[in-house]
Amino acid sequence: MTGIKIDGLSKKFRKKNVLDNISVEFKPNKIYGLLGRNGAGKSTLLNIIANRLYADQGTLTLDDENLVENDSTLGKLYLMNDVDMYNKSMRLDKIFEYTEQFYGSFDYEYAEKLAERFKIDTHQKFGKFSTGYHTIAKLIIALCVPADYIFLDEPVLGLDANHRTIFYEELMTTYSERPRTFVVATHLIGEITNILEHVMIVSESKITLDEDVEDILAKSHLIVGPQAETKDYVEGLNIVGKESLGNLQGYYVYGDLNDDKILPDTVQIERVDLQKMFIYLTNQGGENGVNK
Amino acid sequence: MLHFNFNSTEPIYLQVANQLEEAIFTKAFLDGTQVPSTTEISKEFHINPATVLKGMNILVNDGLLEKRRGLGMFVTEGAYMKLLERRKESFYQDYIVKMIQEAKKLGMNEDDLIELVKRGVD
Repeated sequence: MTGIKIDGLSKKFRKKNVLDNISVEFKPNKIYGLLGRNGAGKSTLLNIIANRLYADQGTLTLDDENLVENDSTLGKLYLMNDVDMYNKSMRLDKIFEYTEQFYGSFDYEYAEKLAERFKIDTHQKFGKFSTGYHTIAKLIIALCVPADYIFLDEPVLGLDANHRTIFYEELMTTYSERPRTFVVATHLIGEITNILEHVMIVSESKITLDEDVEDILAKSHLIVGPQAETKDYVEGLNIVGKESLGNLQGYYVYGDLNDDKILPDTVQIERVDLQKMFIYLTNQGGENGVNK
Repeated sequence: MLHFNFNSTEPIYLQVANQLEEAIFTKAFLDGTQVPSTTEISKEFHINPATVLKGMNILVNDGLLEKRRGLGMFVTEGAYMKLLERRKESFYQDYIVKMIQEAKKLGMNEDDLIELVKRGVD
């Protein structure tokens, strides 16, 4: 099992590059975060993997087998996104059966358990659900499908805090019981950081970051202190953003710090969370912005 | 019982290790008893099971936890005493040295310090 390999993928809409020579891998049994600002190309990438769109260039394979227009590989992945492929007048429990026909099996027992936890009526017609329950209905399908690669595009759209908690708990439970690959594209990074093992950032049609979460967090620093001393300390480091408050200056640094330099008593090094780092790493042209 | 500070500079897997160690030290988990499974911790705190396992394995390598096949993870017999000894050893480095450093910055001498220690003990 080598996973999904994407090599040299490009896609244009009209003349605009949406994805430009992208190469990424999704390995078996890992949880990935696919992050990017609106319009960065995340959804296009997911749609291409799921064969709902076709690339202009590049190759896609799953366990070294071609992934494009190939029923045997397509049955191993599932994409949940905002596009509804189901008939609005179909009842949710009928959709489960319909999904089973395509994928060969379906975990009805787990679907029943999830329906109970989320308090969703599976006899309801799909088109009658509110926004939140619409998402829940699709999440249940995504978690009960026998596929090895599950792509979730904005899985918590419209969910309240309680429902999001149930989702994160169930994701951890089902992943522990039956390890498989999850790729989660979301804007609510803070809540999901510790669930993710690896993160990819899509920015300006390219993959600009492809690393384990632990490594990203270890490389993210906020250096805060009085202006002059702080500026002196961060010189030569990879500064991705800055903030100031009166005479206090904060620099967001991505990468190693200079161990040879002595840190002045007045300057502190703090940790930066993934959400904050994401903002600075995808904030092109905003480098000089003194925000806050 | 376990709690994680997601804003701390400490990586989550180290926090898992430290929290479990602390729980053994405070006798929340007694020698020979089972500790929560990777899945339980993962589910409760929304942490990737691989991260939890990495933290647990630190304690396994340390001889504080042991894997029992098909049963789960248990506190090793004698883990508490082992921790107690280790913490006594590091007490001087972790507390006394730091206390003296801070006291010097505050301009306090030996007598001042002894006076304060006495006040604390009483």
